[in-house]
Amino acid sequence: MSDTKDIVVPGEVIGKGIDIIPGSGVIREGEELISTLVGLKNVSGRALRVIPFGGVYIPREGDTIIGEIEDVSFSSWHVNIGGPYSATITVSEAVGEYIDLQKTDISKYYKIGDKVIAKIKDISTSKSILLTMRGPGLRKLEEGYITSISPSKVPRLIGKNGSMITSIKEATNTTITVGQNGLVWIRGKEREDEIKAAEAVAMVNKDSHTHGLTEKINEMLGDKNVQKKI
Amino acid sequence: MYKKRFDNRKFDESRPIEATISVVENATGSAHFSLGNTKVIAAIEGPKTLHPRRIQDPERGLVRCTYDMMSFSVDDRKRPGPSRREIEIGLVMKNALQPFVLIKEFPKTVVDVYTEVYQADAGTRCASICAASLALADAGVPMRDLVASVSVGKVGDKIVLDLTKKEEDYEEGATDIPISMSGRTKEISHLQLDGCITLDEFKKALDVGEKGCQEIYELQKKVLKEKYGGV
Repeated sequence: MSDTKDIVVPGEVIGKGIDIIPGSGVIREGEELISTLVGLKNVSGRALRVIPFGGVYIPREGDTIIGEIEDVSFSSWHVNIGGPYSATITVSEAVGEYIDLQKTDISKYYKIGDKVIAKIKDISTSKSILLTMRGPGLRKLEEGYITSISPSKVPRLIGKNGSMITSIKEATNTTITVGQNGLVWIRGKEREDEIKAAEAVAMVNKDSHTHGLTEKINEMLGDKNVQKKI
Repeated sequence: MYKKRFDNRKFDESRPIEATISVVENATGSAHFSLGNTKVIAAIEGPKTLHPRRIQDPERGLVRCTYDMMSFSVDDRKRPGPSRREIEIGLVMKNALQPFVLIKEFPKTVVDVYTEVYQADAGTRCASICAASLALADAGVPMRDLVASVSVGKVGDKIVLDLTKKEEDYEEGATDIPISMSGRTKEISHLQLDGCITLDEFKKALDVGEKGCQEIYELQKKVLKEKYGGV
């Protein structure tokens, strides 16, 4: 994965032919396909895309994210989801019960500074983002520890079919939720477990583009387990 | 007659170029770029929401460039704060970079480009554009192409690449032409001319400039690729 030929820079011609479909990070100029980002070239079938090494979070519909309540208004909350755009969540999408808005101060449900797991329901053309908390696992986060990684490295942290995140969870005995916006919520019985998991997450963030990352992580977690037993 | 360059370079040889990326931890992307004794740091913030809201464009984002020379960067102390010249160079940088940044992907936002010249020996706007282009790539801002920039000119009767301050102040007269050019497509997005030059000489200067820009472009590509483990 770390071969130079796989690493592309903006403006580099990375493919040719009209039958190739440009994905994210790729544009077409005539027959040539041009990378627009610094990242790894990725071919799957006819689609060609570039997986970026960095950058801000670009929201997509259906993403599960971790956000922070920024402001409370009459019938909705404003949520900071990282990246250039902030999001809104309405009372009906956030609270299961009936609320008489005239009589209730909705900050009793979520107040400024609260962290929530939510799903992006809709993105309008003018980039106003609507969130929903109706769905399994979508809730307010209590306790635990939040750390952040680059949003482009989220797929690497999760791994194939969740292999990477599962191995971190199992080795550290923690519950971890990864938001597509790069925020990671870690909850363990012991504080040390949480710290250890956070260290592993930070390592994925740092070395995400290198060979043998899974082994490195396993080694790191394995070593610490041995130390604990002694 | 300008027979030999003050620093013994060939007439079409640029000063030693060095570049590094990700030098400012708190920025989304950053780069350090030096052309001989001209040294620049560029940092990117964003894309982020643009305020005040009335200047937001619902169809595209905005690139905003700030160029600043530090007080100690030149021989005489430069008065701090943006001068007429610095505001103008900010605009020049924006015009040089904006055609290659795919800002349509980020409506209502702004990408802030800050450049700080901490040591100046002519060619600061060129070095700033090169650094900004690298920093934009480092920040993951989508771009159609990388931008390289270099100054060419006429010192005495010779066409030279990458003028130093001493050459710009040459007593028999010097013409300075900063050029910004995209690496792959070789589109010129910025060209200024200060002085006198004939059409033939100008054409020759453009060729020399193109060569200089390509050299910088190759280095930019190398630096970006090397950062992520590939050699």
